[in-house]
Amino acid sequence: MAEYEIPELREIPIIPKIKEGVMAHSSPFVAKAPIQTAIGFPGELVDNWEGKLLDKMDDLRGRYRSLQVYLDSCVKCGACTDKCHYFLGTSDPKNMPVARQDLMRKVYRRYKTFAGKFWGKLGMPWMVGAAELNKDVLDDWYSYFHQCSQCRRCSVYCPYGIDTAEISMAAREMMDSVGVGQKYCNEIIGKAQTVGNNLGLPQPALYDTLEGLEEEVEEDTGVAVKFPIDKKGSDILLVTPSADFFAEPHVDGLIGYAKVFHEAGASWTLSSHASEAANFGMFIGSYENMRTLSQRVRKAALDLGVKRIIFGECGHAWRVAYSFLNTLAGPWDFLDQNYPIPQHICEYTYDLIQNDKIKFDKSENDHMTITFHDSCNVARASRMGDKPGGQFDIPRAVIKAACNNYVDMPEDTIKEATFCCGGGGGILTDDLMEIRVKGAQPRMEAYKRVVEEKGVTNLAAICAICKAQFSKVLPYYGFGMTDIISVHQLVGDALILSDAAGDDDSDDSDGEE
Amino acid sequence: MLASLFAGIFYIAALIFVIGVGRKIIQYARTPAPLKIPTTPAPVTQTGVVLRMIREIVLFSSLFKANKWTWIFGWLFHFGLLLAFFRHLRYTMTPDALLWPLVSFDLVQSFGRYASFIMFIGLVGLLGRRFFVDRVRYISAPSDYLMLLLLLTIAGTGMLMSFVAHPDIIMLKEFVLGLLRFEVKPLPTDGLLLVHLSLVALLMVIFPISKLLHAPGLFFSPSRNQVDNPREKRHLASWAAKFDADQS
Ligand code: SF4
Ligand code: SF4
Repeated sequence: MAEYEIPELREIPIIPKIKEGVMAHSSPFVAKAPIQTAIGFPGELVDNWEGKLLDKMDDLRGRYRSLQVYLDSCVKCGACTDKCHYFLGTSDPKNMPVARQDLMRKVYRRYKTFAGKFWGKLGMPWMVGAAELNKDVLDDWYSYFHQCSQCRRCSVYCPYGIDTAEISMAAREMMDSVGVGQKYCNEIIGKAQTVGNNLGLPQPALYDTLEGLEEEVEEDTGVAVKFPIDKKGSDILLVTPSADFFAEPHVDGLIGYAKVFHEAGASWTLSSHASEAANFGMFIGSYENMRTLSQRVRKAALDLGVKRIIFGECGHAWRVAYSFLNTLAGPWDFLDQNYPIPQHICEYTYDLIQNDKIKFDKSENDHMTITFHDSCNVARASRMGDKPGGQFDIPRAVIKAACNNYVDMPEDTIKEATFCCGGGGGILTDDLMEIRVKGAQPRMEAYKRVVEEKGVTNLAAICAICKAQFSKVLPYYGFGMTDIISVHQLVGDALILSDAAGDDDSDDSDGEE
Repeated sequence: MLASLFAGIFYIAALIFVIGVGRKIIQYARTPAPLKIPTTPAPVTQTGVVLRMIREIVLFSSLFKANKWTWIFGWLFHFGLLLAFFRHLRYTMTPDALLWPLVSFDLVQSFGRYASFIMFIGLVGLLGRRFFVDRVRYISAPSDYLMLLLLLTIAGTGMLMSFVAHPDIIMLKEFVLGLLRFEVKPLPTDGLLLVHLSLVALLMVIFPISKLLHAPGLFFSPSRNQVDNPREKRHLASWAAKFDADQS
């Protein structure tokens, strides 16, 4: 299937011995000039890039406390060395979180600290873990900072909370600032800023797709479930990853949300202006780009005159929405303050379940035994509900309300210890297939265990990237590509649509109090 | 002569330490954290954050989750260091000092004698991991080994002075008390002691330019010290606020 070796799935995972340089060849396509300039970066490697890169480092150190503190604080204790799925799957030591950070830290030490400058002048920067900046180092950065999915697993275990995701975001921004950008991310950011979504789906295509979905669902269920878009005066704006409009299994999730809204009698709408929940500005560490994208949600909410904002199933999107949206696009004083702003679709469905507003026929899902994949950015960079850990409990509660058969994967691979799917953080692109497959190994091993021991048949997720990544990599490991499903597909399939619900204009809904 | 030299060394080392670390703390405190990035699940209240930090500082709770060997060696070393620190305080004060009861506390002075052993075991364990675990060896620079050797030598000389060759403690105390009053009193010319003192001064000097900055760093780590309340409370850094202003 590929010209590299697919890692074996073992009974008892052990930490691999390091193999230097085995992933050095892996690096993504470089963005061409038009892509770069469209989002405010130089088109190609600038003259005197070393100096400019170091200036950018100073700029970022001055703007991000995380970067400055993390560059200084690592004691090389090694606690994080076996925590990254990319290291576990590749054995390349530069995929150990601390070694990945060191790619930047060495340069920082050489040019920005007394110890590094001193030993550097003596020609021995390596004495204090410092190194000269040159083209080879830049190539290493480009390669290995695109083998980090910014999943934050390392930060859970570091005694100082050093988050390699922060470092790789900063590294990507520094590289962008001297003209070296990644094609996949930067092209998508451009599209989202002009068209409104990552796939570049124009408004008419969206309208068509949603109409098609309405027909499909009505045929299926006999109920006229609507998929409204750009409907002014709706109560709820749903912002969802654009993959939900057409990709499998994402679209089944979208159908699930629509059914839930329908059954709750809610007045809701999508927006073509903000037809993308994901915010790739985060992947490249660019506050400015992240903010520009977030502002689209604000504009859509204002233009449509909604009272609430709900986000669909997407992991990194939920991080930006939950943790950053208030900062980037707030204050949200024009929205209904009785609801969390923004709210996750799982929180919404969970509340309806708690208040007995929706009912399920769980037997609809009896042909499956489900396990849940905690998406990294939901698990370690956000929350649901009002208690810490709600991001683990609420999706599970939603699944269990809709299914009879549920099993968790081994404890050390879920919740805060969850393994990334292997495709997050802007590396969900075909030119990085090898690292995606290898990085999925730890998750696949955990999945295999519950498949074999507990008879699990499907893996449910609440992230567009996880879903796309798994449908691609599951077959490499001998599983079916359709094993991966959306949580709201389970919800939609088991939800009992009450007969009376024929149209969605019954606006005196009980979705509102 | 010797006393003046060491007095000078200690004043300079102390100055470098205080100014160096102070500047770093000011830098950390002044640098904004523009986004909410606590590693979740995180506390939703300030009190919760204080408890989280206490667990990290006292118990090394994240390290415990990560690796039990590193945790036990690292914790032993730091605990030994703390004990040794308290025990050494007796050189800096007379029995009429306010803190004397704490310092003369039986546990500190009797148990504290063994602090050097605890430190030593911890340090040897950490050094062993650095040598024998391929992953840790890969990330280690010479300075990482030297740091451990420096600490080992400090602990080792301290241990020898406690149990084998006692220097003139009374005279040493006079010297230290003198330093605190900016007077140079005679210093015992004891080889072990002089090595011990020089290395401690060296440790103070390299503190602000090395990974020892993890000590202040921990307190400023946004992934640990932020409250998880971004939806409830708008978080805005000064430089980021400019975008809002430009727009309106
Ligand atoms: S953030 Fe995730 S992918 Fe990146 S180094 Fe840490 S564990 Fe690996
Ligand atoms: S766990 Fe933290 S301090 Fe230890 S090596 Fe990794 S990044 Fe450095």
